[in-house]
Amino acid sequence: MLKPYRVIDLADDRGIFCGKILADLGAEVIKIEPTTGDPARRLGPFINNDPGIENSLYWQLYSANKKSFALDIHSPMGKEILLKLIPSCDILIESFAPGTLGKLGLGWDTLKSINSQLIQVSITPFGQTGPYKNHLATDIIGSALSGFAHLTGDSDRAPVRVSIPQFWLLGGATGATGAMIALQSRVRNKVGQLVDVSCLESLTRTLSHAPQFWDMNEVILKRSGPFRPVGEKNALRVNFECQDGYVNYIQPGGATGGRAMAALSTWMEEEGEGHPLLSSTDFGEYGFGQIPTDLLNIMNSTLELFFKTRSKIYLSEEAIKRRVLLFPVNNPSDIYTYPQLLARGFFREVTMQNSQKIFTLGPWIQSSDYAIPVKTAPSLGEHSDQILEELGLSRSEIQSLIDNRIAK
Amino acid sequence: MKHPFEGLKVLDFCWVVIGPMTTRYFSDYGATVIRVESGLRPDVIRHGLPFAGNKPGVNRSGYWANYNSGKLGLSLNMSDHRAREIAFKLATEWADVITENFTPGTIEKWGLSYDKIKNKNPGVVMFSASMLGRGGPYDAQPGFGPVLTALSGHTNFTGWPDRVPVSPYGAYTDFLVPYLAFSAICAALDEKRRTGIGQYLDLSQLEASLYFLGTPVMDFLANNNIQERSGNQDPGMAPHGIYKCFGNDRWCAIACESDQQWRSLAKLIGQPQLEKDVRFSSLAARKANSGELDKIVEQWTILHCPDEVMNICQSEGVPAGSVRDSKDLFDDPQHIHRKHFIYMEHAEMGTYASDSSGLIMSETQPNYRPAPLLGEHTHKVITEMLGMSNEEFSLLLSEGVFD
Repeated sequence: MLKPYRVIDLADDRGIFCGKILADLGAEVIKIEPTTGDPARRLGPFINNDPGIENSLYWQLYSANKKSFALDIHSPMGKEILLKLIPSCDILIESFAPGTLGKLGLGWDTLKSINSQLIQVSITPFGQTGPYKNHLATDIIGSALSGFAHLTGDSDRAPVRVSIPQFWLLGGATGATGAMIALQSRVRNKVGQLVDVSCLESLTRTLSHAPQFWDMNEVILKRSGPFRPVGEKNALRVNFECQDGYVNYIQPGGATGGRAMAALSTWMEEEGEGHPLLSSTDFGEYGFGQIPTDLLNIMNSTLELFFKTRSKIYLSEEAIKRRVLLFPVNNPSDIYTYPQLLARGFFREVTMQNSQKIFTLGPWIQSSDYAIPVKTAPSLGEHSDQILEELGLSRSEIQSLIDNRIAK
Repeated sequence: MKHPFEGLKVLDFCWVVIGPMTTRYFSDYGATVIRVESGLRPDVIRHGLPFAGNKPGVNRSGYWANYNSGKLGLSLNMSDHRAREIAFKLATEWADVITENFTPGTIEKWGLSYDKIKNKNPGVVMFSASMLGRGGPYDAQPGFGPVLTALSGHTNFTGWPDRVPVSPYGAYTDFLVPYLAFSAICAALDEKRRTGIGQYLDLSQLEASLYFLGTPVMDFLANNNIQERSGNQDPGMAPHGIYKCFGNDRWCAIACESDQQWRSLAKLIGQPQLEKDVRFSSLAARKANSGELDKIVEQWTILHCPDEVMNICQSEGVPAGSVRDSKDLFDDPQHIHRKHFIYMEHAEMGTYASDSSGLIMSETQPNYRPAPLLGEHTHKVITEMLGMSNEEFSLLLSEGVFD
């Protein structure tokens, strides 16, 4: 879909997802990485638990469909080569600290004077300007400042983040969105531009209606563990222990909620563990979160007891048959064996250059006219020769760059 | 400077969050987006809290308004064949893009399948999203956003190892997928611009969400390793956590990525001798003694407000960030600087806050406009954009076609 477009991807592990999305959609994405390898190559987990330069699963997932050009852009010669690529480049992605490219002589003014059609996507924790622009960030810092952590976790303990970092992935994904808007603007206005992405804002955008609760009602929503606060006093339990793990059941509101609870109480009664009040009440009368407190407490405790003595797989399969809105809380192994994903063949086996086979994720979208290629990530410098030759460098010039560790 | 999507026409059947958040980028950046709804079965989020002034009403939900700014409100009673004919006409004669995220089978039942539309509008880009994807044993399984966090693994990876997992708040994956969905629709539009050929895009929310949690599954498949939630621990950093500060439910996150940052932290908390303490001299040692380490850090943070902790740490090169609650977000200097919250005037709700797009662009300004009332633009869409006479409109109106 994006076949005519060339993307230069200078982003490290913190902006890695942006180029991945564009590459999956068909753009030629040239990942320029240090000759020692991108920092993402050093992030675990690793294939065979072996931290080799080609073995990072993070790198594998988020760099597949990109090309690798190993070039030291901090060296004068490397910088010159990068500048030679700018005229043919449509989108440049970078995730350096604000001002870094400028210090290298590769600032936005320089780049746009070479190519007025260039779109630059800059992905940073907080944005290019503002009081936090130079603040240091990691994923948990983003979780805290964005408002995510405050809403997440048990009420008697510290706020928590998601154990698998989300901050950078959200920033990268927002970068792809910005690139697409800028590309459509370029079609109409014949000029490129700078797109300034803040990972912080992207994570703040995941807070559901929490900011609106403050703005409209001056209510500060609070974290409440496996419960979900509904209204002023009530809390709906959403995650439950089962025999061998956890399941998720969220009692919906309205007619859907009526049908869901009717099916669930029939099931519990058939197995001798129902509660007369749950069977005799029409839950369809209550909107989401509007169940009276006493009834809600009975519901929570009845479900707790019923789920606790049954297995995740029994509960999930029976729920599908009975159209009860119960779902397993999947761990990585459950995700792989989840029947819907298995049936759709989502996880795919791909072969690395050293003949090792690994599993990766299938396409994130299907198209009637296009298929996202599913393959392994490029090896370090796999496409360096091809790109240097395209720039008109001779064999001996290329060799000299390699000997001087400017390219690999 | 023209808006990026000036002239683009989007017929938007999306509802709840994932779809409307996706199509909001089109309206914010200049497209004409018709949001098709039914007054008989309003989008469930129209009943979603919070309501302006705590007063419920289909036009009063701040949750709904946040994802529908700048769209035109069209109400169609799709159980009436004349409403379905109007929808088909808009789809085949008006729309460049059609979007929907109903349970698979719904849009087809209304005669609006891609194949039928494509026959008359071959350049159309149509986008469908569903919870679990079309095809497969569970494709028609009902459900809604929050359960996807359980299926995608986000729930299991959130919380403390010794406790029941907690979910990220709300329909978390609904806020991840729109970036992917929107990018793909734009890519398809660009192809159409160049080749004249449209296409059908079909997205499984579960599969797209897994791109935000893919590596643990790959780790299991490569190494048989089942990763688990770890509270606020991190395999490569220590100290790493959210520490209690002075005040009621006040916290600050601190993360040391290197020995150097740990040494700086030890100094600034007034305990430089810890630098030489063997319990904390390397990452491995600090991880092994993280309980003691966290206590030491917290003995210092508890004496200070979160912003004091953040500012002292940041000035010494140690990553730190205050935990913001919903109110704090509106006072946060960085959000204020980037104008993260934008304020719009709504016919019924008055002034309300919405999230910005999160992007600052050097040449493009967003065109933020308030969310529509239910059916606010029905007359305009039907008469001006579809060209129906006022007489016919009135007749259909009286017969409930626009209910």
